[in-house]
Amino acid sequence: MSRDGTLHTGMNAAEGQLIPLRFRLNGVEQSLTVEPRELLLDVIRERLHLKGTKRSCDMQVCGACTVLIDGRPISSCTYLTFEVDGCEVLTIEGLGRGGALHPLQESFITHGGFQCGFCTPGMILSAKALLDRVADPTDDEIAHFMEGNICRCTGYKLILESIRAAAKKLRSRS
Amino acid sequence: MLRPFHLEEPQSIGDAVGLLARHGDAARLYAGGTELLLAMKERLINCERVINIKKIPALNYVELADSTIRIGALVTHDQLEKSPVLGQCIPSLVAMEREVANVRIRGVGTLGGNLCFAEPHSDPGTLLLALGATVVAENPAGKREIPIERFFLGAFETALEPAEMMTEVQIPIPPGEAAAAYIKFGYLERPSVGVALYLALNAARTQVMTARIAVGSAGPMPRRVPEAEGMLEGVQISDRAAPLREAGRVAARAAEAVSDLHGPADYKEHLIQVLLQRACDRVVRECQASAQ
Repeated sequence: MSRDGTLHTGMNAAEGQLIPLRFRLNGVEQSLTVEPRELLLDVIRERLHLKGTKRSCDMQVCGACTVLIDGRPISSCTYLTFEVDGCEVLTIEGLGRGGALHPLQESFITHGGFQCGFCTPGMILSAKALLDRVADPTDDEIAHFMEGNICRCTGYKLILESIRAAAKKLRSRS
Repeated sequence: MLRPFHLEEPQSIGDAVGLLARHGDAARLYAGGTELLLAMKERLINCERVINIKKIPALNYVELADSTIRIGALVTHDQLEKSPVLGQCIPSLVAMEREVANVRIRGVGTLGGNLCFAEPHSDPGTLLLALGATVVAENPAGKREIPIERFFLGAFETALEPAEMMTEVQIPIPPGEAAAAYIKFGYLERPSVGVALYLALNAARTQVMTARIAVGSAGPMPRRVPEAEGMLEGVQISDRAAPLREAGRVAARAAEAVSDLHGPADYKEHLIQVLLQRACDRVVRECQASAQ
């Protein structure tokens, strides 16, 4: 039995299957119907029109397409959209609150954690996933967690500094 | 954009292998998707049906029973990295999992899927060979156990039958006087060379009783090197340098290293010898530390 409640046995098995989804995107309830084959990055950029999530390597290596699903970083370029049913999806557009930047965003600006900015949404969301789990990570923990996010401009030092500073700020708030 | 496919979500292992039996090559099992979706995007795999096995209950577990760790087919790399029971019993596996790909892949990709895909440039298979693991598979006729040294047949090729699904990986827990290590080298997203070593020493920790050596990523598939293992068995720890060098040369030849974008074959053969020595130092250190 398939998810849409039908039994498919014919040659055109792939035709016509649609899956209804409900999930929260950046805190807002979404209802969407998708084909099984639709990749999350395409849906976020082309159907939901949020362009902050970037396509770069398209093979789960670079981290530019990182989004958080229930707080966990994934590569949206290689992730089937139907999997987010019932989940909380966070993209870079959902990070600030009411016009105010998130401390990680502020920190990347004040510490120069980006140059061209293409990798930055993925960097910041990965860093958020880490800091939500580990409030006071060591330098090694930050470097190990961020290993899968590639930047071609900064040389990483300023990115690590940005994350360290944001962690400190977030700790002082709580 | 992927080509259209139909999604199946069986609720039992029986239903999943039934779908495989019915649809043959037109269907593929799907769990984490980190390998399958890449291959589908590149049009290397075209399938009409994707069988999502994540709805099958009771396939997500890490259990200890009878000195064996049992890992269900849906367990991700991240779960293994953080498993307290695994950290206690097989620290070499936790250390290997911690360095698989990146945090996003570890959170989604499964150990089972990694083994079944048999991508040559990969970490887990090599260590599991040295640890003496067993793969459990189910097909419409029943269940069977496949020792991991008979599981890998070539690049992207395993001993699984067309209508067969891996359901569990079993790993015997190394005894107190034994330890294992996996060391890899690579500067691309996948490992270029990986070497795994398991040693069981005598009670005084002065002599090698059992050795298992595996090499991976350099050639088409990870493999045990029994000829090299025999050179280490019976060796005094204090006299290990010469036999270890010889075992390294044999292991390097057995790896069937190929020249590719990771480097020329002779470079990989050299790396295997270096990594085996480092793995040996680490294993001996751990065995001796556990005696104190």
